[in-house]
Amino acid sequence: MGDKLQEEVKILSNQKVGKSYFLLRLASRKISAFASPGQFVQIKVAADNEILLRRPFGIHRVNKNTFDCLYSLVGAGTRHLCRKQPGSRLDVIGPLGNGFNYALTAKRCTLILVAGGMGVAPLVFLAEKLMEGKTPSAKRKVVVLIGAKTKSQILCEREFKKFGCSVKVATDDGSRGFKGKVTDLLNNLLRETRNPKPETRIYACGPRPMLKVISRLSIRYNIPAEISLEEHLACGIGACFGCAVRTRDGFKRVCKEGPVFPAEEIVWNQGG
Amino acid sequence: MEPKISISLGRLKLKNPVMIASGTFGYAREFSDFFDLKKLGAIVTKTITLRARQGNLPPRTCETPAGMLNSVGLENPGIDAFIREKLPLLAKTGVPIIVSIASEAGWQEFVELARRLDKIKAVAALELNISCPNISRRSIVDSPQATKLLISQDSKATYDLVKTVRKATRKTLITKLSPNVTDIAEIAVAAEAAGSDAVSLINTLTGMSIDAQSRRSKVAAGIAGLSGPAVRPIAVRMVWEAYQKIKIPIIGMGGIIDDLSALEFLIAGATAVSVGTANFVYPRVTIEIIEGVRKYLRRNRIKDIKYLSGSLNL
Ligand SMILES: Cc1cc2nc3c(=O)[nH]c(=O)nc-3n(C[C@H](O)[C@H](O)[C@H](O)COP(=O)(O)OP(=O)(O)OC[C@H]3O[C@@H](n4cnc5c(N)ncnc54)[C@H](O)[C@@H]3O)c2cc1C
Ligand SMILES: Cc1cc2nc3c(=O)[nH]c(=O)nc-3n(C[C@H](O)[C@H](O)[C@H](O)COP(=O)(O)O)c2cc1C
Ligand code: FES
Repeated sequence: MGDKLQEEVKILSNQKVGKSYFLLRLASRKISAFASPGQFVQIKVAADNEILLRRPFGIHRVNKNTFDCLYSLVGAGTRHLCRKQPGSRLDVIGPLGNGFNYALTAKRCTLILVAGGMGVAPLVFLAEKLMEGKTPSAKRKVVVLIGAKTKSQILCEREFKKFGCSVKVATDDGSRGFKGKVTDLLNNLLRETRNPKPETRIYACGPRPMLKVISRLSIRYNIPAEISLEEHLACGIGACFGCAVRTRDGFKRVCKEGPVFPAEEIVWNQGG
Repeated sequence: MEPKISISLGRLKLKNPVMIASGTFGYAREFSDFFDLKKLGAIVTKTITLRARQGNLPPRTCETPAGMLNSVGLENPGIDAFIREKLPLLAKTGVPIIVSIASEAGWQEFVELARRLDKIKAVAALELNISCPNISRRSIVDSPQATKLLISQDSKATYDLVKTVRKATRKTLITKLSPNVTDIAEIAVAAEAAGSDAVSLINTLTGMSIDAQSRRSKVAAGIAGLSGPAVRPIAVRMVWEAYQKIKIPIIGMGGIIDDLSALEFLIAGATAVSVGTANFVYPRVTIEIIEGVRKYLRRNRIKDIKYLSGSLNL
């Protein structure tokens, strides 16, 4: 079958887009053609092997023959990455993992996207696909809830609006939008959603505690949710069994069976 | 002339000396997206136990300088499900499949696993994992003579176990040794004396990494196994030490990441090499190593890889 998942791709741009956020644009016909929202790539950020492992990043946007990753500066690996210059090359594996299930059949539906912090990254791609699939006759509403610590950490609001999504923002310090957790915002929204509801679904990406609350809300309101989990990935390709997450069906690999899982599958206690 | 790179481990012939180290290759099919699996010398499976094991709680891995720690904890479906579901797919690769086995409770499990696998044609050889740092230690050693914690940390326990399993199978038997010992050669000698056809070394070194903010171990299990380029000098040294004391083939591993690092092991005395952690980063690395070794032999006019093994200039 050959080397279809690994390639040396050219960096088209790698720009600072916020205090410690960067937007990386890479040229790849394969990845742009085959990626679906929620999937990720594994990037070798340092050519030497002092920083040995690849770093996973969600696929943020896809264009003809290019794709973007949106990343925040976290530690040594992302520091290496943010110094890479356009024109140079990166060793990338992808697209990897199982993404969101966004093939919808219902004509009327409300789709709620919940992003916590960097969790916006893959949801932009998802929102674009969801709006793309919208026919004039279909009543499809996409609501995006973005949560961040403070105003300056709210990302991608404009992109979501451009696609035609309605956007609500929550900040911990109240510097923008609702003061509090994005999950409180979600709870309010679900409470208001009138019965009988059109088909409603939740898609979420963000820190683990947020996803845990969303799973509970999903059960309480009986609304299906798909959540994208993060674990430390040693390989990202299903080889090491290091990224295990506890599910009702035993341990599963975040990088292979995930990163997106139906919320009700996850067993949250016991560190699993 | 093309140099000869085929090698033998006991009665098992491999078309080239590059193998996959246990626990680092998923169920193999994950890698068919990257290269033609047929090209490999051999695949050693994830260690299999009698009963299914869930493995350890997450987080199970963390990166360290030029390496990583893991405490996967021998997650595996158990021997029955392995034979039923995994082995047929592995066998389809056409590559010799070496099944790694371990016991959770006593030697009898090793014997039973060996007996079960002895009857199966698709199994090319057995590797005794008596050196996994990620399994409850007390439970594996039930010999009254065993004073240390892992079987492979005690030459007498190693001898007794290998001898016992040897009686249960006619397959090629490989013993995988732990580097967490004072004298690796002593353990290798014990494995050889008990009838092991080859030894694999090294398994992971025990290590620890701590997050200063939370004052917690970065891996849930606390102590975990260190692998990757960081361990290579230790591994090469151990191969060299064992090579001077034993005649059976050595499968060298620990931090191999390219052809030059694989050559280090061969020159130190290994007959074959295994690649573990590097598969995670460079999924095609084994294929590149096979090519690189071949080129090296050609360039240096070495007709047969056996002349390279142990050819260290002193
Ligand atoms: C499936 C998936 C998709 C992701 N998508 C994005 C994205 O789109 N944008 C983005 O900014 N970040 C994303 N992350 C998180 C990103 O991988 C980490 O921020 C990054 O690896 C940090 O590397 P570092 O060397 O700078 O940090 P360090 O903290 O120095 O890294 C040390 C080790 O921990 C790992 N690590 C640290 N933080 C995380 C984390 N949150 N998740 C997983 N591993 C981590 C690193 O990979 C590395 O192995 C994603 C993670 C996963 C698992
Ligand atoms: C994630 C992971 C899982 C492993 N699982 C096993 C295992 O199940 N059985 C075993 O004998 N060795 C296991 N090992 C050890 C490797 O087979 C190898 O001996 C060790 O990692 C050194 O080689 P390397 O530096 O090339 O990885 C594992 C190593 C890693 C990194
Ligand atoms: S990161 Fe290795 S199996 Fe998922």
